[in-house]
Amino acid sequence: MQKMPAWADIVLIPLISLFLAAAISGLVILGIGEDPVAAVKMMVSGAVGSTYGWGYTLYYATNFMFTGLAVAVAFHARMFNIGGEGQAMLGGLGVALVALYIPWPHWTVALIGCSVGAALLGAAWAYVPAVLQAKRGSHIVITTIMFNFIAAALLNYLLVNILRPPSSMDPATASFPASTHLPTLHDLLTPLGISFSKAAPANVSLVVALLAAVFVWLLIWRTKLGYEIRAFGQSESAAKYAGINPIKITVVSMLISGGLAGMMAINTTMGESERLILNMTEGAGFIGIAVALMGRSHPFGVVLASILFGFLYQGGAELALWTSIPRELIVVIQALVILFTGALDNMVRAPLEKMFIKLNRNKG
Amino acid sequence: MTFMKKLLGATTALVVGAGAAIAEPALIFDLGGKFDKSFNEMAFTGAKRWADETGNSFREIELQSEAQREQALRRFAEAGANPIVMAGFAFASALETVADEYPDTKFAIIDMVVDKPNVRSVVFNEHEGSYLVGMMAAQASKSGTVGFIGGMDIPLIRKFACGYVQGAKAVNPNATVIQNMTGTTPAAWNDPVKGSELTKAQIAQGADVVYAAAGGTGVGVLQTAADEGILSIGVDSNQNYMHPGKVLTSMMKRVDNAVYDAFTQGENLETGFNVMGLSNGGVGYAMDDNNASLVSADMQAAVDAAAAAIGAGEITVHDYMSDNSCPVE
Repeated sequence: MQKMPAWADIVLIPLISLFLAAAISGLVILGIGEDPVAAVKMMVSGAVGSTYGWGYTLYYATNFMFTGLAVAVAFHARMFNIGGEGQAMLGGLGVALVALYIPWPHWTVALIGCSVGAALLGAAWAYVPAVLQAKRGSHIVITTIMFNFIAAALLNYLLVNILRPPSSMDPATASFPASTHLPTLHDLLTPLGISFSKAAPANVSLVVALLAAVFVWLLIWRTKLGYEIRAFGQSESAAKYAGINPIKITVVSMLISGGLAGMMAINTTMGESERLILNMTEGAGFIGIAVALMGRSHPFGVVLASILFGFLYQGGAELALWTSIPRELIVVIQALVILFTGALDNMVRAPLEKMFIKLNRNKG
Repeated sequence: MTFMKKLLGATTALVVGAGAAIAEPALIFDLGGKFDKSFNEMAFTGAKRWADETGNSFREIELQSEAQREQALRRFAEAGANPIVMAGFAFASALETVADEYPDTKFAIIDMVVDKPNVRSVVFNEHEGSYLVGMMAAQASKSGTVGFIGGMDIPLIRKFACGYVQGAKAVNPNATVIQNMTGTTPAAWNDPVKGSELTKAQIAQGADVVYAAAGGTGVGVLQTAADEGILSIGVDSNQNYMHPGKVLTSMMKRVDNAVYDAFTQGENLETGFNVMGLSNGGVGYAMDDNNASLVSADMQAAVDAAAAAIGAGEITVHDYMSDNSCPVE
């Protein structure tokens, strides 16, 4: 069977899906008596119309890049890691412990130290479900989701009883020392002569996230391990026959996945709040699943999908600020985009494929 | 290019539009959401009362993520909203940063102390109010066992619990207080099913009065208590009406008054430390037609005497958050 051209697959289908989602969202907004055109304008100008908006869009996007890449790596080994949320929480703990208890001379070293701390604890949290899957066949979807709850309980216990400064009632750690504060995009771009909003939280973690995307691409398509992960994902029995150790691949790909999810914490915990707070993941662990689906588990796709979701988050915040569109409806709009780009993908793909086949035949 | 211009034009129009309404007050709800039948809703009630009485409007936002705390504060401050009231202690660190950037804007934070010249910190003496309802619980209890169901396990809720236990023990030193927290995540604020299960478990252990300090979860506690024929105690707003004759009383935490006050004072908001306690009606117990038959004159006299004694400093109710421990279990 002939296929459609690559550009249609990568560009046209997501665009049509987005357009459909936007159209239905518009109807919903119209239904509650608000102006959909004004709402879209507000979302666009609020999310990408200023460096301030970009700063927030990219801040959210950074979270989604990490968790999206985490899910994507596990997907390649045909594993559904729903535990990004819990792994990110443990990553936050790693960042907090490293930043609070080790005196760092400069943010560059602190960033490396905290990244290692976050990745280690995130990976450790993924290790147990991975081993249970590999050796005992306990389904990874069940175990990772259960580990999310354990992580939430653990974090809560530590924050309330151990890490919280005695005088504070906020279940959060003390603020990290100033030497660990990451430079924001404002600090990074001003020396280059580019003015960027000072208030926005996007920070150097964005660069780390982009590097992580390159790393994942290299890993999956340019290394022996990546080849083994993909082979294992395509067919476990064939991989075994080829001498690939299924236990090793299951555990290693989950460790990488957990490490990536954990590294999300350097953006939220080290970059934004500069202390560990209870709600540090903000659901990014789950959004990562949608991001990986939409990005077709390819790092480049994940980066693009992350920016789209960052746009939805920041645009949604602007809507919440200046209109009376309720918060729940903004979630509906975000959900429609996920529905059309992820779940209803074939609704657009099938007719489009037919159309291209027809076109080709006519040409022939 | 023309598209960009249009876009920029639209942005400017928006900003101007938002800034035109000078000195509207603004209210920021915490992640629990506006209609949580509890804390946030109380704040909204206060703001609405102000809007109805004055005919003015106010801005509001329900947060979706942690990063929006600073964002909402900045955006409202830029748009000229004044004062900006935020419901919840979690805003503290965001406010510490933003308050300095907008010295001409007045802020009010509820349930937390932020020491800045343009900030009013409103805190409630929940332990005192809980002490009073604890006394009533112990007096109304026939089994000598009373229950406490908290929402999320955080110091603030332990402060409620500690005051409650002290009050119960003041009436009956042998009273047993069963304590449960609904959960360890923010979802614990809105889990009426779990609240109902915990109530049944406490009843099985002999509790015949249950105090719910659990936000939306309390709805399930009050419902189950009414179904099972025991008494319950509501929290934050007056919840006596929810099951007339089954709710012993409610520990009132007048968040609405705090918001109403701040909005009424407007741009001239008096900053600094603002304690809402028994003496100024910040906390207290609720009496109305729905629970008049449940509270005897003796009970009320004893509680009022204790309230007066607390006000006069003769009784000191231990505040859990002063040292993170409770002298009684």
